[in-house]
Amino acid sequence: MAGECVQFLGFWASPSALRVVWALKLKGIDYEHIEEDLLNKSPLLLKYNPVHKKVPVLVHNGKPVAESLIIVEYIDEVWKQNPLLPQDPYERAKARFWVKFADEKVVPDMVSTFMKTGEEKEKAAKAARECLKTLESGLEEGKQFFGGEAIGFVDIAVGWIGIWARIVEKLKDVSLVDEETMPLLHAWLQNFLEVPIIKECIPPWDKLLQHNKGYLVKLTPDST
Amino acid sequence: MAEEVKLFGIRGSPFSHRIEIALKLKGVSYEYIEEDLQNKSPLLLKYNPVHKKIPVLLHNGKPIAESIVILEYIEETWKTNPILPADPYERAIARFWAKFLDDKCMLAAWNACWAKEKEREKAMEEASEGLKTLEGELKDKKFFGGDKVGMVDIVATFIAFWLTAVQEVVGADLLTPEKFPILFKWSEDLVGCPIIKENLPPRDLLTANFRARLESSK
Repeated sequence: MAGECVQFLGFWASPSALRVVWALKLKGIDYEHIEEDLLNKSPLLLKYNPVHKKVPVLVHNGKPVAESLIIVEYIDEVWKQNPLLPQDPYERAKARFWVKFADEKVVPDMVSTFMKTGEEKEKAAKAARECLKTLESGLEEGKQFFGGEAIGFVDIAVGWIGIWARIVEKLKDVSLVDEETMPLLHAWLQNFLEVPIIKECIPPWDKLLQHNKGYLVKLTPDST
Repeated sequence: MAEEVKLFGIRGSPFSHRIEIALKLKGVSYEYIEEDLQNKSPLLLKYNPVHKKIPVLLHNGKPIAESIVILEYIEETWKTNPILPADPYERAIARFWAKFLDDKCMLAAWNACWAKEKEREKAMEEASEGLKTLEGELKDKKFFGGDKVGMVDIVATFIAFWLTAVQEVVGADLLTPEKFPILFKWSEDLVGCPIIKENLPPRDLLTANFRARLESSK
C-alpha cells in the first residue's frame, strides 16, 4: 500500500520479537527494522512503549502497538493476505486459548527448568513436560501445524517456545519436547523450524546458545 | 436459529461477572450455572479439562474458556453493541489495556491488599503505579471505551467494585478520590451504569468472603 510506514523495534535474541518478525515475513510486509540495545533503551522505544519500555513494538504510520501477540493480531487484521487467525470465531477462540496457555503455563515451567539445578530442575522439567503434553492436544493429528495446513497464530506464538526448549535441553541436560511422549509436538517442532521463511528469521544457534549461557553464568556467579 | 448459550460461573467472581455483562450488553439469552469450586461439576471438568476453572461459555455445545478469550468470542459472534472498537489500531490499544489490567493491575492490587506487614509498602507502591498508569490512559474519557462501556471497562470492573470491597475489609487505601480522582470517578460511573449495577454480586457477599479470608489468614 502506498505511503505505508512500518517500523519494528526488536532485539535479536528476544523470543517475543521473533513472533512479530515471523508474522511480518509471512505477510510479506516491508518494514524498517530498528535493533534495540536492551541495556541502553532508545528514546524511541521509551516513547513508543512508555508503559512497559519493552520490545517488540510495531509502529505503523507513526502509531505504536506493543505486546507481541497483540501486534500479531493487529498485523492479521490490517494485512489480509495469508491469514494467521482462523475466520471462524470458535476456532479463533481455541487459537487464543492455546496461545494464552503456552505463555502462562508452559513458559514459567521452562523458565524454572532453566534457572534451577539438581532436583528442583528435574521437578520443573517434569512440570514443563506435562504442560507441553497438554499443549500437544491443540494439534490435530494429520495436520502439519496448529494452524492446520498453513502456519497460523498458534504456530507463531508457540514456535519460539520450541526453539527455547531446545536451548534449555542442551544447556541444562533435560528433556522437554520429548519425542516418545509427545510425538505430535515433536514432529510439529521439527517441521515448523525447517520452513524456510521461519528458519531464516531464527538467529544462529550458537549465538543463541551463547546468549542464553550468559544468563546461566549470571545466575550462578560462582561457576567457572 | 435455536441458540444454546450456557455460562458456568461463580457468583462472587469478577471473571464470570465479565462474561455476564458482555452477554447482557449484547442482549444474549443464556442459562447460568453456578459452580462450586470445592466440588467442581463433571460438566466443568469436561468443558475446561485444561484449567478446570470458571468461567466457561458453552455455545451450541462448544466450550470456550479464559475470560478475555470468551469476551472476544462474544464480540465476534454477537454484533449488537460492540465492546471493541471497529478500527484495528484502537482495537489493539483496547487489547493492550485489557492485558495490562489482568497481568499487572489485578495481581498487584490483590497482593497489595493481602500483603503481610513488611511487604505491604512495596506492594502498595507497585499497585499504585498500575492505577496511576490507568488513570493516565483514562484522561478525560468517561469510560475506557469512550462514551460507552467497552471491553476494557468490563475487564476493569474488578477495580471499580471488587477492589473497593477488599480495601474496605482489609483497611487499605489504594483507590481513593484523593489519590486517583479520575479513576475513582470512572469507578463510580461504571458501577452506576444500569447494566453493570443490576448484575453485580451483592457487596455483602464480597465483603463477607473477604472477611472470612482475613480471619483465616490471622
